[in-house]
Amino acid sequence: MDIKSTAIAGTLESSDIQITISKGSNGVEIELDSDVKKQFGDQIEKVITETLNQFGLTDAKIKAVDKGALDCVVKARTLAAAQRATDTVDQPAWEVL
Amino acid sequence: MKNSVNREIPDDLMKKYDYEGFKTTEIGNPEIQRVAPKVHVSTGDNKVVDSIKDVVKETVKDGMTISFHHHFRNGDFVFNEVMREVIDLGIKDLTLAPSSLTGVMNDMVIEAIKAGTITNITSSGMRGSLGDFVSHGGLKKPVIFRSHGNRARAIEHGDIKIDVAFLGVPNADKLGNANGMEGDAVFGSLGYALMDAQYADKVVLLTDNIKSYPNTPASIKQTQVDYVVKVDKVGDPDKIGSGATRFTKDPKELKIASTVNDVIVNSPYFKDGFSFQTGSGGAALAVTRYLRQAMIDNKIKASFALGGITKPTTDLLKEGLIDRIMDVQDFDKGAAESMHTNPKQQEIDASWYADPDNKGAMVDQLDVVILSALEIDTKFNVNVMSGSDGVIRGAIGGHQDAATGKLTIISAPLVRGRIATIVPDVTTVVTPGDSVDVLVTEYGIAINPKRQDLVKALSSLPGVPVYHIEDLQKMAEAKVGKPKPLEFTDRTVALIEYRDGSLIDAIREVKD
Repeated sequence: MDIKSTAIAGTLESSDIQITISKGSNGVEIELDSDVKKQFGDQIEKVITETLNQFGLTDAKIKAVDKGALDCVVKARTLAAAQRATDTVDQPAWEVL
Repeated sequence: MKNSVNREIPDDLMKKYDYEGFKTTEIGNPEIQRVAPKVHVSTGDNKVVDSIKDVVKETVKDGMTISFHHHFRNGDFVFNEVMREVIDLGIKDLTLAPSSLTGVMNDMVIEAIKAGTITNITSSGMRGSLGDFVSHGGLKKPVIFRSHGNRARAIEHGDIKIDVAFLGVPNADKLGNANGMEGDAVFGSLGYALMDAQYADKVVLLTDNIKSYPNTPASIKQTQVDYVVKVDKVGDPDKIGSGATRFTKDPKELKIASTVNDVIVNSPYFKDGFSFQTGSGGAALAVTRYLRQAMIDNKIKASFALGGITKPTTDLLKEGLIDRIMDVQDFDKGAAESMHTNPKQQEIDASWYADPDNKGAMVDQLDVVILSALEIDTKFNVNVMSGSDGVIRGAIGGHQDAATGKLTIISAPLVRGRIATIVPDVTTVVTPGDSVDVLVTEYGIAINPKRQDLVKALSSLPGVPVYHIEDLQKMAEAKVGKPKPLEFTDRTVALIEYRDGSLIDAIREVKD
């Protein structure tokens, strides 16, 4: 699957995460900004990478601004951003969730 | 060594500062010797001066201990004005011993540490940039954190020997009779500052409002004061306390508050003449509202309310639902005003409030206490000092002191964002689990197994599920996941005393 354009999902509200996804060529590269990076940074990056891989994306640049989101939110926002970036919003990838 | 709450306390520092590890919450009946201040005799004329610099030059020497109070909170002008002069005069190696440090003081403290002006700190707490600075090893010697009651104890014992106290007041006469209730920057009770006024060798008042002599009511007395400095403004009234108290609309806080109320009302302590202390957070204020209704419905009146006072509490006094308020600190204008006008609201000093080494402190008479927590663990130990990232960002306040009440309730949400409030082990033990009785969350309550009487009294309340605290901890972890353990260096940046002066925990430098 190809990223056609840069896309964004999520807000900067408490307990949300904002994911911006754009084209990459060197695996999934994540730039994470989070107040809980020390405790949950690895986990957040793992969930983003796994969600993208399951969706079929192996190369992407991600900017993630986390406001304390739980894993389910990280997953949902990542998938929404990925579908917007690949222009596939009319074919929801339910199986990834 | 490990102390009785299983915390590793650095042996070298225990030896260096002559500490014992925390053993028990029981104080017993020891005999202690109090200290007395040096008095520079004068008839009291010529105390008024108009230069902070001259007074600092005259009184403060290298290596001394100086103190301030924090009753102006974030509206404080006095601390920064005095410290500016102290730094600029090139004075070194001071111990800073304020009743607490507020955000508005942070930059100045950091500057003073960097300049070598301040090399030791003891405080109730610190937050923001200063907490970050200390947690990253900015101060060579460990900060010593003490509760309000413990600070009073330490001053009376001579553990804290204050050479010069700089105390801002909204009014004073030319000899130093002063109170916290009249003027532009009023804050009500002078509770914490009264210790400094009584025990410091030199007492310097700073005020923007010189009253005709003699000024009454005199909380601080002319017999205690060496200098009265006239300044332009002691503080910003708008930043001293919250203005009008707003009740929370947060459904989670309301749920916690109504459950706290259920616990109180169904405990054996809810009877005519009971006493209580609440905090100033959203949930605590809401508890006061629920409690008011329960008191009216059950025709029960309280003998006294204690601690940091807010307007909702003074409203109960006015209504006749509370007989007395014992007031060490006022959190808002309404409470401060009430202390001025209502003789049933008694100003008390920190020793009377909470000093364990006393002939009876108010906290010893307390029935019901509602306290908050950054973290609470499965042993009911509470942390109000370090954040989930290990960085200092809190204050003991009266937490350890009030927790000795007969029914100590910790009100806290199960999780805050992605951070669990209920954890297997708190980052820093401030209040030992032995003095905590009930934890109230929005999901239900947990009762300390040491209190089987409460287990019996509270186990079948409709709408109040009772859990083992381990189950609440697991519930929290299932929501947020398991955090990666924090990393610290071996270096100790702060020591936490229990209220009896023993060491309950140490905070180490964070590894970034």
